[in-house]
Amino acid sequence: MASRGGPSRRVPESDAAITYVQCDGLAVMKIVKHCHEESCSNMEVAQGALLGLVVENRLEITNCFPFPKHDEAMDEEEYQLDMMRRLRRVNVDHFHVGWYQSADVGNFLSQSLLESQYHYQTSIEESVVVIYDTKKSARGFLTLKAYRLTPQAIAMYKENDYTPEALRNLKIGYESLFVEVPIVIRNSPLTNIMMSELSEMIPEEEGSKFLDLGTASVLEGQLRSLMERVDELNQEAIKFNRYQQLVVRQQQDKHRWLLKRAQENAARAAKDEAPLPEEDVNKLFKPHPVPPRLNPMIVAGQINTYSQHISQFCSQSLAKLYLTQALQNAKEGKQNN
Amino acid sequence: MALNLTVKVHPVVLFQIVDAYERRNADSHRVIGTLLGTQDKGVVEVTNCFCVPHKEHADQVEAELNYAMDVYELNRRVNASENIVGWWATGNEVTNHSSVIHEYYSRECREPVHVTLDTGLGGARMGLRAYVCVALGVPRGKQGCMFTPVDVGLTHYEPEVVGLQLCQKTMGAGGRARQVQPLADLAQVAEAAARLSALLEQVQAYVEDVLAERAAPNDAVGRQLLELVTALPDLAADSFADAFNSGVKDLLMVVTLAQLIKTQLQLNEKLTLLTSQ
Repeated sequence: MASRGGPSRRVPESDAAITYVQCDGLAVMKIVKHCHEESCSNMEVAQGALLGLVVENRLEITNCFPFPKHDEAMDEEEYQLDMMRRLRRVNVDHFHVGWYQSADVGNFLSQSLLESQYHYQTSIEESVVVIYDTKKSARGFLTLKAYRLTPQAIAMYKENDYTPEALRNLKIGYESLFVEVPIVIRNSPLTNIMMSELSEMIPEEEGSKFLDLGTASVLEGQLRSLMERVDELNQEAIKFNRYQQLVVRQQQDKHRWLLKRAQENAARAAKDEAPLPEEDVNKLFKPHPVPPRLNPMIVAGQINTYSQHISQFCSQSLAKLYLTQALQNAKEGKQNN
Repeated sequence: MALNLTVKVHPVVLFQIVDAYERRNADSHRVIGTLLGTQDKGVVEVTNCFCVPHKEHADQVEAELNYAMDVYELNRRVNASENIVGWWATGNEVTNHSSVIHEYYSRECREPVHVTLDTGLGGARMGLRAYVCVALGVPRGKQGCMFTPVDVGLTHYEPEVVGLQLCQKTMGAGGRARQVQPLADLAQVAEAAARLSALLEQVQAYVEDVLAERAAPNDAVGRQLLELVTALPDLAADSFADAFNSGVKDLLMVVTLAQLIKTQLQLNEKLTLLTSQ
């Protein structure tokens, strides 16, 4: 098994494009367990590190470990190094290939996430962030998605410049911040044997929660969060509009002032007096600061994720409703005969 | 004496054990490690585990107990409720070395359980067994201890079953390992419908066989079939149609709303980037 050196800076290869992520069953189960336990106890996100290696164009995740909750008393760097050193003793791959985070409804886009992923991706070229959707998986659909920052997003973050011109130059919008990398799950043959043993121990009926018909509560929650986000985006839009109005008014003021100046100068020239000294127009009318577009972009991205999730949820609920209709029709058909 | 202990193991633990066995050093035949979990009213629930490096010689065994303590401490930072409840080993037999290791673990926790997972596939199965150590012997005479088997079963959190079912799809037909992707929602429902349909066909075939007297009727099965058929809730036709239609209307409305929002977002994006100074 090829394994690279420690999790230090590597020279990025120009064609190190990851086309898909391969996850071991062990890592999947550990992520599920950790995120589930965290969501039961408190509402904070669960985070952890992913370990594995890079093989050609795929990123293999072979193990993972959870991070402790944020606590000033202990040093997170130290915990990570300690953990990785110990895992190396038992021959676990110790190359740090990314990190995972739990999220509600798969809504993960936030400034802190951008920042963390930026740091990861600049130090380790192929790192990904894996998002695990707690609520959806509890309902019966396991949702594990891997994301990477696009090169434009990295450039934008490096500049730390969020004015509209910069965004337009980079051709970046809320949709091109992250790119999703497909995940496949793979298990070794021995694990498959173990799972066939397990399947005998678990009764058939378990794990059919996703066939549940109740939709009201879930939809309500999602729509409510969606409304909050839309309100936020609205506020940002109002801010931007206000800024634009200020700019327009300032332009008019400038224009008027220049006109007045020219008139006065003309009048003085007519009376043979020295013209008024030239003054810097810009110092009189200070340009207004452009509101940064980062927050609206993040909020727009969140709204987009919410809408996608809602559509997906509705489509599968519709399918389930039609299933029940078929059953009911069959039953009525029987009764009428 | 607690011989009525039952051990409940989470699937994660088994995954971890198999993985540690696959990554063992070239010269070891066995791997051991610590079991973490909680113990409550005679049920030991094992929720996590980790591997401990060790070496076995002919007459003695060395295990890095400091390492075990360190990793346990690290784990406590993440999950303070998990305690050491025992230890695990691969293989299908309990050896002399096991009693030495077990003695160490009995210093760490009150009643350690010993779990073995037969990765060597003795008897063509991967047997999962659990033992407790029971003191034997005559008082004032030679004391010894015996590993007595206890019941072991599987337990899980809800999402763990979902994860397990997804992972189980990697068991391809013909024994070759396959890769599987997490499914989209609709695909999963479609698959469940297909599965249901197949199961119903099986049941139908059985009933027809019994009717044509090709198979012996079975009372228990018959009773369960009756339960199955009457399990459909008895709704009058129009009340069902009402509920169905309102459900469909709600969902369609929400879908339209979501699409509308997405279009608006796109518009908003284009407009703000266009009209900037």
